Amino acid sequence: MARMIFRSLGWMVATALCLTFIVFWLTNLSPNLEKLAKTQGNARMADEEVISWLDNRGYSQPLLVKYGEWLGVLPGYVIEGSDGELRARCSTRGLTIDDAPAFCGVLQGNWGFSTVLRDDVSTIITTRLGLTGKLMFWVMMVMVPGALIMGILAGMREGSRLDRSLSTVSILTTATPEYVSGVVFIAVFATSTFGMNWFRGTATSAMDDANFNNFFLPVITIALYGMGYIARMTRASMTEVMTAQYIRTARLKGVSFRNIVLKHALRNALIAPFTVIMLQFPWLLNGVVIVETLFNYKGFGWTLVQAASNNDIELLLGVSVVSVFVVLITQLLSDIGYVFLNPRIRIS
Amino acid sequence: MPDPAYDGPILEIDNLSISFFTRLREIPAVMDFSATIMPGEALGLVGESGCGKSTVALGVMQDLGVNGRIVGGSIKFKGEELTTMSPDRLRDIRGSQIAMIYQEPMASLNPAMKIGRQLMEVPMIHEGIPEAEARARALEVVTDVKLPDPERILKAYPHQLSGGQQQRIVIAMALMSKPALLILDEPTTALDVTVEAAVVELVRDLGQKYGTSMLFISHNLGLVLDTCDRINVMYSGEAVERGSITDVFDEMQHPYTQALFRSIPLPGASKTMRPLKAIPGNFPLPHERPPGCNFGPRCDYFLPGRCDAQAIPMHRIAGDDRHLSRCIRVDEIDWKAPLLGTLETAPTEPGPVVLRMEDLKKYYSVAANAMFGGAKKVVKANETLTFDAHESETLAIVGESGCGKSTFAKVLMGLETATDGQIMLDNQSIGDVPIEKRSTQNVADIQMVFQNPFDTLNPSMTVGRQIIRALEIFRIGKNDAARHDRMLALLDLVKLPREFADRMPRQLSGGQKQRVGIARAFAGDARIVVADEPVSALDVSVQAAVADLLMDIQREQKTTLLFISHDLSIVRYLSDRVMVMYLGHVVELGTTDQVFAPPYHPYTEALLSAVPIADTRVKKKHIVLEGDIPSAMNPPSGCPFQTRCPRKSQVPGDLCERDVPPMRTLATGHQVKCHLDDAVLDAMEPVIQIAATQDTA
Repeated sequence: MARMIFRSLGWMVATALCLTFIVFWLTNLSPNLEKLAKTQGNARMADEEVISWLDNRGYSQPLLVKYGEWLGVLPGYVIEGSDGELRARCSTRGLTIDDAPAFCGVLQGNWGFSTVLRDDVSTIITTRLGLTGKLMFWVMMVMVPGALIMGILAGMREGSRLDRSLSTVSILTTATPEYVSGVVFIAVFATSTFGMNWFRGTATSAMDDANFNNFFLPVITIALYGMGYIARMTRASMTEVMTAQYIRTARLKGVSFRNIVLKHALRNALIAPFTVIMLQFPWLLNGVVIVETLFNYKGFGWTLVQAASNNDIELLLGVSVVSVFVVLITQLLSDIGYVFLNPRIRIS
Repeated sequence: MPDPAYDGPILEIDNLSISFFTRLREIPAVMDFSATIMPGEALGLVGESGCGKSTVALGVMQDLGVNGRIVGGSIKFKGEELTTMSPDRLRDIRGSQIAMIYQEPMASLNPAMKIGRQLMEVPMIHEGIPEAEARARALEVVTDVKLPDPERILKAYPHQLSGGQQQRIVIAMALMSKPALLILDEPTTALDVTVEAAVVELVRDLGQKYGTSMLFISHNLGLVLDTCDRINVMYSGEAVERGSITDVFDEMQHPYTQALFRSIPLPGASKTMRPLKAIPGNFPLPHERPPGCNFGPRCDYFLPGRCDAQAIPMHRIAGDDRHLSRCIRVDEIDWKAPLLGTLETAPTEPGPVVLRMEDLKKYYSVAANAMFGGAKKVVKANETLTFDAHESETLAIVGESGCGKSTFAKVLMGLETATDGQIMLDNQSIGDVPIEKRSTQNVADIQMVFQNPFDTLNPSMTVGRQIIRALEIFRIGKNDAARHDRMLALLDLVKLPREFADRMPRQLSGGQKQRVGIARAFAGDARIVVADEPVSALDVSVQAAVADLLMDIQREQKTTLLFISHDLSIVRYLSDRVMVMYLGHVVELGTTDQVFAPPYHPYTEALLSAVPIADTRVKKKHIVLEGDIPSAMNPPSGCPFQTRCPRKSQVPGDLCERDVPPMRTLATGHQVKCHLDDAVLDAMEPVIQIAATQDTA
C-alpha cells in the first residue's frame, strides 16, 4: 500500500512539473507579457517602455531561468533597472534587497504575488479553495446519494416504468449544461416572474454564512448535471449485476428481492460507479468555474477566471498546481477505495 | 409445509410445455415433457445444447425470466403444484426444498461476499436460526464436502478458491438446508477430469447420505451412467426416450439415442477399424422445427408420409420398466442390427520425423505480487520436453489445465520463445525464433486449430474473405482470382458448401465454424497442425464429424497433427501416439496402445479411471485423486505428481519427494517418468475392462 501511495505521489509531482511548465510557457509568450505590462503599468505605454518595464522586472530572462526562479532552484533575479531602481524578485513583503533571501520559489514556500488581486498567491488559494471546498462538499452530499439511489432503483428492475422515468430524468439533467440550468434556475426560483421567488440568485453572502436560501441554487445546479451521469453509470452497472449468475443463485436460494438488492447486488454494483464518482471531483472544478461566476461566489473557479483573464502568471501557476494535486489525490483515493470495494483485487 | 409423511414422487412433471415469447413469435423451448422422480432417485437429463434441458430445470425452479412462460402441463413437487404457487410460498421452497447446482461455480458465487456468509444465509432465511448456529452448520457442511481447513474457507472470498473448491462450495450451499430435490445443471463441465471425478463421487455419496433426489442435467452420457438411476434423452425440446439407465443404454429404442451412442468414441472404436458415425445435418432451430418427428430429417429410419405426418406421441416399450420412446416405428426397427455403411480405412504409415523437440524448456518469471512487484518467481511451464513427431502422424498431448500443453503450443507456434532447448523443424531450429521473424513458409507450415470456433473468427468478415486473408498472408496464389479459386477448393476440402464463402460467421453453426477454422489452418498447406481441443466446444453429435474431417485431411495431405486434449476417449479414438503431461513434465509417452494399457504412469492411471465412459459393459478401476493440481508457481519438490499420487507409498523412502524421476524407457519406445519398481509396473491391472458380452453395435 505504502509503495502504491509513494508511486502516485511521484506521478503527481511529475505531472505538476509538466503542467506548470506548459502554463508558464503560455503565460510568458510575448503578447501576454505585453498585455501584463500594459495592465500593470500604463495602458498607453510605447513599445520601448513595455520592453524596459519587462526588463526591469525580470520578465525578459530566458524561460527556463524564470521557471527555475519560480520553482526556487535558481536564485531570484536582482536587476538594476533602466530607471535606476534596483529590483529583486525576493524583496517583497517589505523586505529590503539586502535582507531578501537568494532563493524565493515554490520550494521555499513562496508561491509568489498575484498581480491582479494584490495579495500572496498562497493566501488567495487557501481562502478560495476553502470556499470552493464548502460548495463541493454540499454538491457531493446532494449528488452522490441522489445519483446512487436513482441508479439503483432504476437498475434493479430493468425496463420497468420506474426505470424508464428515472432514466429520462437522468438523461435530461446530464443533457443540460450548468450555464443553461443555472440561468433557468435563477429565472424560475430567484425572480418573481413565476411567483416562486424562493431562493437568492446570488451566492455572495454564502461565502461567510451559507444557508439553504442562498446556497441551494449553486449546489443543485452543479449536482444535477453530475447526478444524471452517475445515475446512468450506476444503473448500467446495477442492471448488469442483476442478470449475473450469482444473483440467480441468491434468488433460487430463496432470498427476498429486497435482500437480493441490498445484500447481494449493491456492493457489486457500486464498484464501477465508484471510479466515476471519484473522477467527478476534478471534473467538478470545471463546473465550479461556470457556477461560481454565475452566482458570483468568489471561490477557486472564480479566481481561475480572474487570473486567466488578467494573465496573472503566478496565480495561474498556483491554481494549476492545486488542480493537478486535486486530480491525482482523488485518483489515489479512488484506487484505494476500489481495493476495499472489490475483494478480488485486495492486497494481501 | 408439505406433509412430512408424504411418500409419493418428489417431482412429477406432466406434459410440461414452456415457451419463450419474443416480439416476433412464440418460441417453444420445451414441449410435452414428462418425468417422475421418486425419493432418493437420480434422473439424468441428457441432450445437446439447445435441446431444452436447462429450461426444464429453470421451469421446475419457476425462474424462467420475463420472456419465459409455462404454456401447458403441470409440475408437482411433493404433490404440490408449482406452476400456480404464490411467490412467497415459492421462496420458501427454493433453497430449502429444491436446491440447484450450476455449471460455472465462479459465476454463481457472489464475488464480493465471503463464503461463510453465502452459506449461512440459507438456513437463516429458511429456518430462522441464529447466526452462530448457522455458522456451525456451514462448518459442518463444508467438512462434509471434503474441503480442507473449513474455518479458513468460510472466511475466504470465492476468487481465493480453485474451480474444484468453488464447485464444492456451491454443492455445500445447496445442501445447507437438506433439500429433498437437488437440480444439477452441468455441474462439472467447467472442471478438469480428475476434479470432475471427485466432485461426481461427492455428489453421489452425499445424495445417498441425505437421501436427496436428483435431477442431473448433462450432455455427457458417461457421467449420467455413473450417477443416475434413470435417464431422459431430449432432442429439440422434446423428450425422445426415457427409461432406466440399463434399458436406455443397452436396449435403446429411439434413433436419436442410437445415433448419439454411435457418434461418441467408446472403447473399441478406432479411426481405422470402427470409425464413428456422426449424425448428419444440423440441430433444427426452435422456430424451424420440421413437422412430425423433430429428428426426422436427420434420421436413418425416416419414412416420408409417416414420420412427418403428425405429432409423434411417446410409446411405451412393452416389458421394460417405465421405458418410453417417441418413435412411431419403434416396433418396426431392428435395434440390434449392426451399423452399416462405415468404411474401414487402412492405417496410415508414419513418415520421416518432421518435428523434433530436444529438452525444450519454457520458464516465465512473474512478479510475486502483482501490485508491488517484489521477488520474482519462476513458473516452469514446460520442463525438458523431448519427443519427435512424424509425418502423417497424430500425436495427442493430454493433460489437465495448467499442465503446460498450451504453453508448448505457443512456443511451437512462435508466440513465445523457448527458454532453453531446441525445436527442430526439418533440422532447422525454430525454438527461439519469434513468429514475426519466422519466414512465411515456416508460419504457413505450422498452423493451429483453436478450441473455441465462436471466438476465433472475425465476426465482421465473410468466411471466404477470412480464408483469402490467410492466403494473402502466406503469399499463395498469383492474383485475387487464383486465391478465390483456392479458397473454394479449401471449402471443398472441409466439406462446406461453396455458398458459405459469402456468409458471415454468425450464420454458421459451431461445427461449421470449426470447419472454417480448419480450412484457414490448411490454407498454406500446413505440414504441422496444432489442434488445441478442436472439438471440446462442440456438441457430441458434431464432434465425430469434425474429428473425422481432420483425419481425412491428414490422410490426404500427410499432415502431422498435434492433438491437444483433455478428453481421453477422443484421444484413444484418433491418435497414434500419446504424450501425457502433468505440471509441465511429460510423465508418459508411447503409442496409443501402450499408454492405454498397463503399465501406466500413476497419473495416467488416475486420468483413465476418471474419464466417464458411456458403456454399461465397462468396468473401471476406481481411483479418485485427492486435492487439486498444485500451482505451477509453487510446484512440489521431487516428482511433480507426488502430492496426489495414490501409489506413492509403493516407492521406498522419500525418493518421490526428493528427486524428479528419470524418463524410463519400458517397452519399445514406451516412456514413463516414475520411480515405481518394474515389478509394481508389471503388476498393474488395466483400468478399463470391457465385460465379455455379445457385441451389439
